[in-house]
Amino acid sequence: MTDLLEVKDLTMRFGGLTAVDHLSFTVKHGEIHGLIGPNGAGKTTTFNMISGFYKPSGGQVLLRGENISGLKMHEVARRGVVRTFQHSTLFAELTVMENALVGTHMPFRPNIFAAIVGWDKEDRRGAEARATEALEFFGIDHLKHERAGDLSHGHQRALGLAVAYASHPDVMLLDEPFTGMNPEETRRMMDLMEKLSHEGITILIVEHDMQAIMGLCDTITCMSFGKFLAEGGPDEIRNHPDVIEAYLGGSRNVA
Amino acid sequence: MLKYLLWPVALVALVLLPHGLSFSQQEILVFLTINVLLVSTYRLLTLTGEWSLGHVVIMGVGAYASALYTKEFGVFVPVSMLLGGITAALIAILLSFPLFRMKGFYFLIGSFAAGEIIRLLWKRFREPFGGPKGIKGIDPMPDFSIGIYDFDFFEPISYYYFAGTIVILCLWILWRIEKSPVGLTFHAVHWQDKLAEASGVNLRAYRTLAFAIASGFAGIGGALMAHYVGTINPNSFDVEVMVFVLTWAIVGGTATFYGPILGCVLLTVLNEIVLREMGFEQLRPLIYGAILIASILFLPNGLESIVQRLTRKEAKS
Repeated sequence: MTDLLEVKDLTMRFGGLTAVDHLSFTVKHGEIHGLIGPNGAGKTTTFNMISGFYKPSGGQVLLRGENISGLKMHEVARRGVVRTFQHSTLFAELTVMENALVGTHMPFRPNIFAAIVGWDKEDRRGAEARATEALEFFGIDHLKHERAGDLSHGHQRALGLAVAYASHPDVMLLDEPFTGMNPEETRRMMDLMEKLSHEGITILIVEHDMQAIMGLCDTITCMSFGKFLAEGGPDEIRNHPDVIEAYLGGSRNVA
Repeated sequence: MLKYLLWPVALVALVLLPHGLSFSQQEILVFLTINVLLVSTYRLLTLTGEWSLGHVVIMGVGAYASALYTKEFGVFVPVSMLLGGITAALIAILLSFPLFRMKGFYFLIGSFAAGEIIRLLWKRFREPFGGPKGIKGIDPMPDFSIGIYDFDFFEPISYYYFAGTIVILCLWILWRIEKSPVGLTFHAVHWQDKLAEASGVNLRAYRTLAFAIASGFAGIGGALMAHYVGTINPNSFDVEVMVFVLTWAIVGGTATFYGPILGCVLLTVLNEIVLREMGFEQLRPLIYGAILIASILFLPNGLESIVQRLTRKEAKS
C-alpha cells in the first residue's frame, strides 16, 4: 500500500492555545484509518485542517505528494478528499434525492447556459443515475422523495455518507459517524463503511466509540493534548500503556 | 387536460386585460409588469440566502446605463436595454468583491451602503448622470409594426405588450435557471453552505452568480422603465422603492417562484386601484404597513402558502 495522505508537522494555534502540535501521520491507500484521543485532543481540529475548513498555523497536508494545506474546502474536495460532518448536517429542506444530487456536483458540473437552453439533458440523467446509485448503496433509495429533515437519525447519517459518496471520492473523512447511534445502528454503519472500503475508498475516521473503531480500522492514530501519542493496529493500541494512561488518567501502578 | 389549457387562457387574458382598463390603470399595468420582473429577480437573489437592500439601485444602474448609451452613443433602444442589463450585472460582480466578505445581516447593511454610494455618485456627478435632476428626454422605444399589430409607444397598451413579452421571456429564463442543477446548487448554498462546500461547490462563485443574474435582469427591468417614463433621477431608486420590493416578496412568500409575483400583483392592485378608488390617498402607506405586519403575523409563509394549501386539497380530492 502506498501513502495517499500525509500529515506533516501539522500545527494549529487558537490565540495562545495550541490545539494541534506538530502532528504527523500517514494514511495508506485503501485502508480504514482511525484517529482517536480523549476529549479536547484536537482530533476534530486536525480533521478541519485536512478538509480545508481551517487554515493550519504550520505544517503541511500532502495528498499524493501535493501540498493541499490552506486550500479552500471546495478545492480540497475537488482533489478527491470529501468530508462528512458531526451531527446530521444535511440540506434538511430538500428531498433525499436532491441532497444526493448536490453530492454529484463535482462529477457533473452544472452549466448555466446549457441549463437554460436545455442542452444538459445527458448530464442531468447522469447525475440522477449517480445519485440513485449512491442512495441504493446505502439502502435509502426508497426514501428518495422524503424531506431529508424528516428522516430518522440513522437514515440521516446514511444520507450524509451518500452525499459524500455520490461525488466519487478517493478519501472520505468521517467526523464521528457513530455519535448518538444505538448498537444496532452502529453495526449497520460499520458494515456500510466496510462496503465503502471494498470500493477502494480510503477512509479516515474520527470517533469516540472505541468498540466500533477497534473493530473497523486497519491503523489507528491516537493523539492527546494535540500531540501524537501512538500509532498501530487495534491490538497494539488497545494495550499501549500511553493510550491507556491518556484515557484513564494517572499512572496504572497507583492501583 | 386542464393544465394544458391554463397557459393559453392566461396568455389570452393577459393580452385582453388592458382593453378593460382606464388610461391611468393601463399605465399602472406597465409598471406592474416591470415590477413583477423586479421582484422575481429579487427572489433569485434570495435563493442563496442573502437579502439585499441595494437591489433597486442595481435596477437603476440598468436604467441609467441604458439611457446613457442611447443618449451619448446613439445605441438602438432595445439593444441598449440589453446592454443596460449587462452593465448592471457587471457592476454587481464588482460589488460582490467587498459585499460577499459579509453574510446575513451584515450583507444586508453592506448592500444598502453600496446602493447609497451609487445613488450619491449619480447625484454628485452632473456629467454624465445629470445630478439630482437625473436624465430627461430619454429616447423612447421606436415604433414598429409586426403586421398584425402596430406598436405605438405613446400608448401604454403597446408598451405593455412590448414589456410584457420581454418580462415573460426573462421570467422563463429565471424559471429554467431555478429548475436546473444550478438552481439546486443555489438552494444547497442557502441551506447548508458548509456541506455544499464539502461537496465541491465554490460558494463565492455561486453567490456571485446568483447576484449577477438577479442584477442583470433587474437592470433590464430598469431599462424598460427608463425608456417608458422618459426621465429618471436618483430618487426613482431610493430605499422607499426597495421597501416596496421587500413587502411584495415577504407578503407573497419566497419559497416558490410565483409567491413574490403574487404578492406584487395583489398589493399593487390593492394599493393603486382599491385604495385609490376608496379615497384613501394619504392613508395608503399606513395601510400598506399594516398589511405587511398582519401578513407576518398571520401568514408567515406568505400568500403562496394559501395557494399551496388549496392545490394540495384539490390533489387529494
